[in-house]
Amino acid sequence: MSHDTTHAPEAQHGEHEHHETPVVFGFWVYLMTDCILFGTLFVVFAVMCHQFAGGPTGKELFDITNVEIETAILLFSSITYGFASIAAHARKKSAVLAWLLVTFVLGVSFVGLEIHEFADLVERGAGPDRSAFLSSFFTLVGTHGLHVTIGLIWMFILFFQILGRQGLSDRMQSKLTCLSLFWHFLDIVWICVFTFVYLGSVM
Amino acid sequence: MLGKLTLSSIPYDVPILVGTFIGVAVIGIAVLAAITYFRKWGYLWREWLTTVDHKKLGVMYIVLAIVMLLRGFADAFMMRTQLALSYAGNPGYLPPHHYDQVFSAHGTIMIFFMAMAFMTGLFNFVIPLQIGARDVAFPFLNSVSFYMTLVGAVLINVSLFIGEFSNVGWLGYPPISELQFNPGVGVDYYIWAVQISGVGTLLTGVNFFTTIVKMRAPGMKWMQMPVFTWTSFYAIVMILLTFPVLTVTIALLSLDRYLGMHFFTNDGGGSVMLYLNLIWSWGHPEVYILILPAFGVFSEIAATFSGKPLFGYKTMVYASGVITLLGCLVWVHHFFTMGAGADVNTFFGIMTMFIAVPTGVKIFNWLFTMYKGRVRFEGPMNWIVGFMITFSIGGMTGVMMAMPAADWVLHNSLFLVAHFHNVIIGGVFFGYIAGMNYWFPKVFGYKLRDSWGKWAFRCWFVGFYLSFIPLYIVGLEGMTRRLNHYDNPNWHPWLLVACVGVFVLAVGVACQVGQLICAIIDAVHQKRDALDATGDNWGSGRTLEWSIPSPVPHYNFARLPTVRGLDTFHIEKELGRPTPVESLKPIHMPKYSVLGPVIGVFTFLFGFAMVWHIWWMAIIGLLGVFAAMVIRSADLDIDFYVPVEEVRADEEAFAKRISAAQAAE
Repeated sequence: MSHDTTHAPEAQHGEHEHHETPVVFGFWVYLMTDCILFGTLFVVFAVMCHQFAGGPTGKELFDITNVEIETAILLFSSITYGFASIAAHARKKSAVLAWLLVTFVLGVSFVGLEIHEFADLVERGAGPDRSAFLSSFFTLVGTHGLHVTIGLIWMFILFFQILGRQGLSDRMQSKLTCLSLFWHFLDIVWICVFTFVYLGSVM
Repeated sequence: MLGKLTLSSIPYDVPILVGTFIGVAVIGIAVLAAITYFRKWGYLWREWLTTVDHKKLGVMYIVLAIVMLLRGFADAFMMRTQLALSYAGNPGYLPPHHYDQVFSAHGTIMIFFMAMAFMTGLFNFVIPLQIGARDVAFPFLNSVSFYMTLVGAVLINVSLFIGEFSNVGWLGYPPISELQFNPGVGVDYYIWAVQISGVGTLLTGVNFFTTIVKMRAPGMKWMQMPVFTWTSFYAIVMILLTFPVLTVTIALLSLDRYLGMHFFTNDGGGSVMLYLNLIWSWGHPEVYILILPAFGVFSEIAATFSGKPLFGYKTMVYASGVITLLGCLVWVHHFFTMGAGADVNTFFGIMTMFIAVPTGVKIFNWLFTMYKGRVRFEGPMNWIVGFMITFSIGGMTGVMMAMPAADWVLHNSLFLVAHFHNVIIGGVFFGYIAGMNYWFPKVFGYKLRDSWGKWAFRCWFVGFYLSFIPLYIVGLEGMTRRLNHYDNPNWHPWLLVACVGVFVLAVGVACQVGQLICAIIDAVHQKRDALDATGDNWGSGRTLEWSIPSPVPHYNFARLPTVRGLDTFHIEKELGRPTPVESLKPIHMPKYSVLGPVIGVFTFLFGFAMVWHIWWMAIIGLLGVFAAMVIRSADLDIDFYVPVEEVRADEEAFAKRISAAQAAE
């Protein structure tokens, strides 16, 4: 098959219209599998949460104020991403960029606080190799943190793509919607982490 | 610099491996030389390796599956011959450490890289055609999924010649798979081969779920989908539900091994029982993931070769749904002996027995489809008859083991090994091979030779019983699985019979290879009676894929079909095809992409580097994958339009072929 045929301009979508590539739907499906992934990690934590192996417990380790600040930052970043989505629908490019920037800064602060917390725990001799409880804690919270980091990288790339050739094209709109789903999803996961992991250990 | 990799990691002192390496090298060099001689590198790269066409990806999956079948079968052959020899003081020719790797590789390869690859190949080729779509929802992602599977398969085969493979069985049970007991790289090869191909399968699941939900032809309601699409859909739902669990389980095992964590270790509060529950809550649905599409294949074939609609289409759909649900609720029956308690074991035992009900419904549906039909015993039909007999026996031994009390005796014995080979060979393998014979003319435009196929079936059928009925017997007599040698004189004659069986199976495999070679010869000579001119090769096709030319044009359907009920193509043959009102339009298609193979190469670097702790290379691998994804995300030139003239020329040629074929009759 030859691919030399001239590339079709975006407007000429005739035949394809009733089969718009279902990107957002597909991304939902992916998120549901991610949900099962986190669900499994929560199950593992539930099994491991009392396996201290003579090491420190959550009550002794967790600084709940720090976690509350993290929670506030992440929830607030969801609101700011919401503003970015609204701006994208209104096709206000500079507003989208500004809100993405705010969200990005909030996200980076969240990850920074989490890294700080992890480093502090390791320094106090409570690293992931100390006990099964800590293994499952680091893995669950770390997997969430890794997701947030990937979300941030994704946001960074979209930021420059919006600045560049793609602008707020239809394809970019659906990318922004997918990232939005991802970002809010991570918020929901974090609420479960906050409730079951931190509050559950401390209270 | 090279992590744990040193020259001594290469097993040049093991004669079997050196011999294998020479064999693989000779074949490999011959293939590469042939490609160079016929100047096919450009063709291979442009038309196949960079493809995003679901049909070509499907073919590549099945080629991979067949190569892996040969590898996995070689392992099986070694095990059976070893056990025929290693009796009463004779150590056989495989030392225990090597033997352990052979059975681990056999299981891993056959499930992940033979069966899963074969299944995904059938999904790829058949599903979009059956639902009247021009491609899958995410064609580029489809190419990435294929390369993930390929990388897993390559890793597992590299372990033959560089280092070693896992020696702890196909599911890598801890604590023996932990660093404490297994400091070598074998388990790490297992981890990364399974992890990478598992992610590929998960992406395939997302892709095909979206395809089936969103891209069915206009008018195709859920209860008008062909049965193969239905059963595959259920399998895909199970992939989405359970493959994330596999990903987590294998990731936790790797965290134990790489970062000294304590999920499944003996110390530090780890729990082996957690691993068993996690791996089997993926592992049991996995066997239903494999068998459901095979049930779909049998349903298509039974209807086509009986000249009747499938008996009980609706019950078939509902029964598959019940199997999907129950299949996720039975995983504990793999470890009744763990000691979960009588209540838990009873629940899972009863759930397991329940599964026999919807499966029994299906068997009767196939029988009633054949009843009073004009049954033609062509190649594909042989496999289904063999399947119904063999699978029923395997199902019955399964119900036996579903009783926890009986399972305490049979657990971990060769009876169990015989049972799951009985259902996997008799169900999954027979089904996929039947499917390959059935859809081959659609893929390439000419038939596989039936005589070779029938001999392959006969050898597989007889060879299966010769190989595995003795294993049931020695299993009942107390022979545990994974034994390297034994002293019991009662077992020896049975294991000799099983060894004869494996030779019969080898003839079957040879017939299948011969069948494929003959197909290539027929294609080269353009043998007339092997050609499928009409696109409806069996003359009684019922579903949409038989309404288009063979081989299928790259855009699949010149006009998207309008679905008028179940078995649209059959309806059209009965009532006449509606004259198309719409004129042909340019067809929007995705462009091929070099980024699929690029991601594959970097993923391989990453996997190999992780096995050997070559951290800089792992980082390069990750960065490469990341860079490819960013490039893809920025690429605006990803699609094109097929011009009307090309489609019209294809259509006219197809019409001419059909009328010529009708005139010849």
